[in-house]
Amino acid sequence: MIAKSASSSSPLIVAAAARRSSDFSIRWWVVLLVIAAVLPFVLSGYRLFQCSMALVYAVAVLGINALTGYSGQISLGHSGFYAIGAYTAAVLMDKWGVPYWATIPAAAVVTLVSGYLFGMPARRLGGIYLALATFALGMATPQLLRYKHFEPLTGGAQGIVLAKPDPPAWLPLSQDQWLYFFVLLVAVLMFWLVQNMVNGRMGRAIMAIRDNPIAATSMGVDVAFYKAMSFGISAMLTGVAGALGAIVIELVTPDSLSLWLSITFIVGAVVGGINSISGALWGGLFIVFVPHAAERVSKAAPGVVYGILLILLMFVLPNGIASLGKLISRHWGAK
Amino acid sequence: MNVLRRHFAWRLCHLVLLVTLSVAVTGLSHAQKRYDPGASDTEIKIGNIVPYSGPASPWSTFGKVAEAYITKVNAEGGINGRKIKFISVDDGYNPAKTLEQARKLVEEEQVLAIWGVLGTTPNLAIQRYMNTKNVPQLFLASGATRFGDPKNFPWSMGWQPSYQQESRLYAQHILTTKPNAKIAVLMQNDDFGKDYYKGLVDGLGDKAQAMIVQHSTFELTDATVDSQMFAAKASGADVFFNIATPKFAAQAIRKAAEIGWKPTQYLVATSQSIAGTLKPAGLDNAAGVITVTWQREPSDPSAQDSKDVKDFFAFMKQYYPSGDSNDSVIVTGYCSIQTMVQVLKQAGDTLTRENLMKQAANLSTTVPMLYPGVEIKTSPDDFHPIKKVQMLRFNGTRYEAFGLSATRG
Repeated sequence: MIAKSASSSSPLIVAAAARRSSDFSIRWWVVLLVIAAVLPFVLSGYRLFQCSMALVYAVAVLGINALTGYSGQISLGHSGFYAIGAYTAAVLMDKWGVPYWATIPAAAVVTLVSGYLFGMPARRLGGIYLALATFALGMATPQLLRYKHFEPLTGGAQGIVLAKPDPPAWLPLSQDQWLYFFVLLVAVLMFWLVQNMVNGRMGRAIMAIRDNPIAATSMGVDVAFYKAMSFGISAMLTGVAGALGAIVIELVTPDSLSLWLSITFIVGAVVGGINSISGALWGGLFIVFVPHAAERVSKAAPGVVYGILLILLMFVLPNGIASLGKLISRHWGAK
Repeated sequence: MNVLRRHFAWRLCHLVLLVTLSVAVTGLSHAQKRYDPGASDTEIKIGNIVPYSGPASPWSTFGKVAEAYITKVNAEGGINGRKIKFISVDDGYNPAKTLEQARKLVEEEQVLAIWGVLGTTPNLAIQRYMNTKNVPQLFLASGATRFGDPKNFPWSMGWQPSYQQESRLYAQHILTTKPNAKIAVLMQNDDFGKDYYKGLVDGLGDKAQAMIVQHSTFELTDATVDSQMFAAKASGADVFFNIATPKFAAQAIRKAAEIGWKPTQYLVATSQSIAGTLKPAGLDNAAGVITVTWQREPSDPSAQDSKDVKDFFAFMKQYYPSGDSNDSVIVTGYCSIQTMVQVLKQAGDTLTRENLMKQAANLSTTVPMLYPGVEIKTSPDDFHPIKKVQMLRFNGTRYEAFGLSATRG
C-alpha cells in the first residue's frame, strides 16, 4: 500500500503513491465488504462469533500498525489500552446502565486521552526504552484491575459479566448477527479513519517523523505533538477494539487481558503486514483462527505448531500477508 | 339403504381404529426414545473444559482421568448400548477462553451436556451462557456456594461440598479447641478464596474480628507467597488458615517451616493432595495439617484391602498408567465422572437435556472411591450432591481421620 521506506522520497510523492495504491485497493475493500456482509447469513453462531472477534482484533492490530508501521514507535503495552477500553465499556454498561453502542465513543475518548498522556512523556524515549515503558503499562494494568480497592468498580479477579445486546426490534436478525454487523460497522469506521489520517496532513507529518525526525523538525513539524498524538490515536483504536471485545465476549476479566495479549497483537501486526492497513485485517484473522487450527493438529503442544507456522510465514512472507497482494500485482504488472 | 349405511359405518370404524392405532404407536415410540443434540441411538456426546495449559495445568489430571474412565466404560459396552464421545478441551484457566470453548462445544460439537468444568471463575464465566442455552453444566469442579442455586440457575450443578460449609466446620473446630486463637489467613484473591473466607468469618460469628489478626492475599499470577508468610508470623498468630490452590499452599507450608513458625494449620480440601501439595511442601513440614475429605486416600494403609481401592488401582494401571494414583484431583475426577455415568444410566433412552437435569436432581447413590459413609444425594431443591465430610489430620506420612464427620447444617 504505502512504500515501506520513504526516506528518500518527499512526503508529497509518498502521499501521491498512497492515493494511487488506495484507488486500486478500493476494489478489494468493496469485495471484502460484500463478503463480510453476507457471512452472518451463511455461518453458524459460533463461527460468526469468531468472525466478530477477528474484526475486533483487526481493529486492535490496526492500532499497532498505526503506531509502529507509520510512526515507527514500539509498544509492548497495547494490552493495557485494550483493557482500559474493555473495562470502560464494561463498567459503564454494568454500573450505570449505559447502552452498549454509547460505550464505544466513551472508550474511544478515554483511551485517546490516556494514550496521549502516556505518549507525552514517552516521546523522549526511543526504541528499546519505549518498548520497556510500554511493557510496564502492559504488566501493570491487570494488577491494577485486580487491586482490591478498585474492586467495587472492576469486580476484581472475577471481572464483570455483561449482557448480550439485542438487535433493534424492527430487524429480523439474531443477537449474534446483529452484534457482528455492529462490530463490522465500527471496524469499517476505524479503518476509514486511519486511511484518511494516513493520507492526510497528519499522516504525512507522522511518516516524516518516522523517517527523519530532524528533517521533519526543520520543516516545521511539531514532533512532540505528533508523536504523542500518534500514541493517542493508536491507543484509541486498540481501546475501541477492547470495548467491542468486551461486548462480544460478554465478559471482562484481568486474566484475559494480560501482557500476553500485547504480544498477540504484535504477532498479528507483523504477520499481517505492519506497514499496511489491510495487514491489520489479516492479523486479526490470524490471531483468531490459527491457534484453533494449531489445537486441532496437536492437543498436547499447540504452541509448538503455532510457533512453526509463525516461523514459516516469516520466511515466506517477511513483509506480512498483505505484501502477498503486492507481490501478485507486481508479477501480473511485469507481464 | 341399510346395507349401504352399515357398510360405510363399518369402514368408518376401521378408519378410526387405524388412525387411533397409528397415533398410539407413533406416540409410544416417541415416548420411548427422545434425543436432544448430542444424543443418538449409538452415541452420547459429553463436553469438558479443563486447564491443559497455563499455571493451573496440574489440574488437567481431572480431565485426563475422566477420559480414561470413559474409555473403560466404552470398552465394556457403553451406557444402554451407546458409546460416549468425551470431548475435552483446554481453556488455560482463562475465563474468556472457557466461554469460547463452551460455545464451541455447544454450538459446533453439539454436545448433550458439559461435565466437570474446572475452576470457580471459569464456571462463573459460562454459567449464564449455559442457562440461557438450556444446556446442563453438570458436576462442575468447584465448591463455590453459588453453584447450588436451582432457582436461578437450574442448569448448573456442582458436585463437591461447598467451600463455605467446609470453612464453617474449621471455624467450629477452632472455637471448640482453641477459643482464644489468633488466626492468620492466606487467601487467594479470587472467588474461590473469598468463598472460603466468608465461611470462616461466618463460622466464627462475632469472634471473627477479634480472632483474625492477619489477612493476606495473593494472586494466581504471583511468583511466591513469602512476604505474606513473614507477615503472618509477625502478627503473632498461632493458627494458620491456608486458602490456596496446591502450588501456593505448598509454598506457604514450606515457608512457615523455614521461618520457624509452627501454628496449627488448616488447609482447604482443594489442596489436600499428598502428592500435589504436601510432598512439595515437605512431608515433615506438613505434619499436623488439618483438612477435610469426602473421598478415599489411595495410599491409606488401612484401605489397602478394600475392593474399591484395589479396583481403582487396577483401573489406573490399565487405563491411565501415567497418572499418579495419589493425586486427590484424580480421585475426585474418578468419582465425579462415575456420577455423570450414573445420571446417563438413569436417563435411559430419554436423552434430552431436560431429562438429564431431572436425573441429576434425583440422585441417591454412592461411588466406590468416596469416603465410607459419604453419599451422593440430590433433589430438585438440593443441588449439592455431596454434603458429608470427614476431618483429617496429617501425621507426616498419611492422613488420619479424627473427630466426627459433619453434614451440612
